Amino acid sequence: MSENLIEVRGLTKKYGDFVAVNGIDFHVQKSESFGFLGPNGAGKSTTMRIIAATSQRTSGEVSVLGKDPEIQGPQIRAHLGVVPQQDNLDAQLTVSENLYIYGRYFGLPSKFIKSKINDLLEFAQLEEKRDVKVEALSGGMKRRLTIARSLVSEPDILILDEPTTGLDPQARHILWDRLFRLKEDGITLLITTHYMDEAEQLCDRLMVMDKGSIMAEGSPAALIKKYSTKEVLEVRFGSDRNAEMAPAMQQLCERIEVLPDRILLYSDDAEAVLESIVAGGNHPNTSLVRRSSLEDVFLRLTGRSLIE
Amino acid sequence: MKTSRAVAIAERRVGQPGERYYAGRARAVMERSFIAFRSSTWLIILSGFLEPVMYLFSFGYGVGKFIGDIDPGTGTMISYAAFIAPGLLATSAMNGAIYDSTWNVFFKMNESRLYHGMLATSLGPMDVALGEIGWALLRGFIYATGFTIVVAPLGLIPSWWGVLAIPSAVLIAFGFASLGMAVTSYFKSYQQMGFINIALLPIFLFSGSFYPLTVFPGWMQGVIKVFPLWHAIELIRGLTLGVVNAGMLTHVAYFLVMIICGLFFTTRRLNALFMR
Ligand SMILES: Nc1ncnc2c1ncn2[C@@H]1O[C@H](COP(=O)(O)OP(=O)(O)OP(=O)(O)O)[C@@H](O)[C@H]1O
Ligand SMILES: [Mg+2]
Repeated sequence: MSENLIEVRGLTKKYGDFVAVNGIDFHVQKSESFGFLGPNGAGKSTTMRIIAATSQRTSGEVSVLGKDPEIQGPQIRAHLGVVPQQDNLDAQLTVSENLYIYGRYFGLPSKFIKSKINDLLEFAQLEEKRDVKVEALSGGMKRRLTIARSLVSEPDILILDEPTTGLDPQARHILWDRLFRLKEDGITLLITTHYMDEAEQLCDRLMVMDKGSIMAEGSPAALIKKYSTKEVLEVRFGSDRNAEMAPAMQQLCERIEVLPDRILLYSDDAEAVLESIVAGGNHPNTSLVRRSSLEDVFLRLTGRSLIE
Repeated sequence: MKTSRAVAIAERRVGQPGERYYAGRARAVMERSFIAFRSSTWLIILSGFLEPVMYLFSFGYGVGKFIGDIDPGTGTMISYAAFIAPGLLATSAMNGAIYDSTWNVFFKMNESRLYHGMLATSLGPMDVALGEIGWALLRGFIYATGFTIVVAPLGLIPSWWGVLAIPSAVLIAFGFASLGMAVTSYFKSYQQMGFINIALLPIFLFSGSFYPLTVFPGWMQGVIKVFPLWHAIELIRGLTLGVVNAGMLTHVAYFLVMIICGLFFTTRRLNALFMR
């Protein structure tokens, strides 16, 4: 039997009259890596903050490790490592002091924390910046420090809100690698991201949100299978002609998406679709056949493209 | 699931009253202030301490020369300096407590995301409130102690009851720090914060540091007696001059209420601002 670490039922969050999260249900199992996808303002961070017991819900039920975050906030937070979307490092302190005092907030003994600081600095690749004030770090370094800081309390659940935003590709890959290892150690991950490759790499299961509601949920492969075709053909006729060509393209495949710069044709055999376009006497400026990705699922569900 | 240390520590408070707001770890918040303070400038700290000392020498010994010895209403003549010393002691405690609980807190609340960070851990809003207030109190305590060390050898604390002036100063500083942080947590702009400074000057000048309240008409005395500094001065002056009576417990009660209200509203406000 699998254990539900997090259970959410009918969760609603309003800011004044504005409904940021609109009656969502989901659950996360132990050692699972669960991703939140969705356009800006979908309600991802809001949902994460409620689970992290740093925001109060308007209605619905939330249980984290069998506890209610409204009642046992500090005890739930003791299990969590949180990387918020917006860094909240202590600008007046140095890098190592930040790690130290964060551990103290959890009540950990000084010695215990000090024995961990070197590892955490290495994790963040900030050994050289040890005694530097946080305000003097670059954006990506701050992000890395925030991630390292979230591990000081040895959390059971890591809540990462766009953890790799601002990281260079190398640092991103290193982080993915670390997260994989943490997952193997049994840590449960909750991740928000706007990078589809990250979601595909890291998440066992994903939830696509839009305007406060859940649009879809499932493993990356299942989502692709359900909401997209096997393959996609991308054709470009030039930005002025794309819209004009759309009706003709519509005939040739299951579904199309017309983007400003290109048309996406969804079919299980994209090569054949391309052939029939050409047979019909139309010659796209460029064409590309590729496999469907989460990108396409996202586009279909939210009507918005990420790569812009 | 293996229980981490952090969890084991947090679990100790299961079922305790207020477990949602208080994790019993205000110390960690004070420790943070201490670490930040180590690298700050001592000069600012010193200037806050010197202010009442300079008042004492300029007024106590300067103006005091003109006035000569006075009867503070006890029948015994004392020097003017001995009359104002307890007033300035109470003011030291107030100033020290106000510095850290107002402007510094305002900065932390509005310019940095410090409290967001703290409240993402197993601390609760009351830990943050108590930790910050405790730190501010400490400064008030240090100022008051420093002031006492300066004035006691000068013979300005004639009674042995004066020993109780230090714990009283802690109480007073605690009250002002609580109130200061509570008020600050409701203020949103620098203009509003400016009111604190504007309000402090008349409170300092009229609360009976330099002359007894009896110089004012009755209605004005009534108004002044509402303000905390008057209670603080009455309490400390009673102790340093050795004029002790049960009525002084009202001053103690006044500060206890101030502490409780300040803590309550600060906690509530932190919760509303950072856990919304
Ligand atoms: N503190 C707040 N007060 C008022 N409205 C808020 C607050 N926090 C979030 N919102 C609103 O709630 C909605 C959801 O915000 P949220 O931060 O959860 O979005 P998100 O999915 O994380 O978006 P992004 O990808 O931009 O991070 C937004 O419309 C936002 O304006
Ligand atoms: Mg967000």
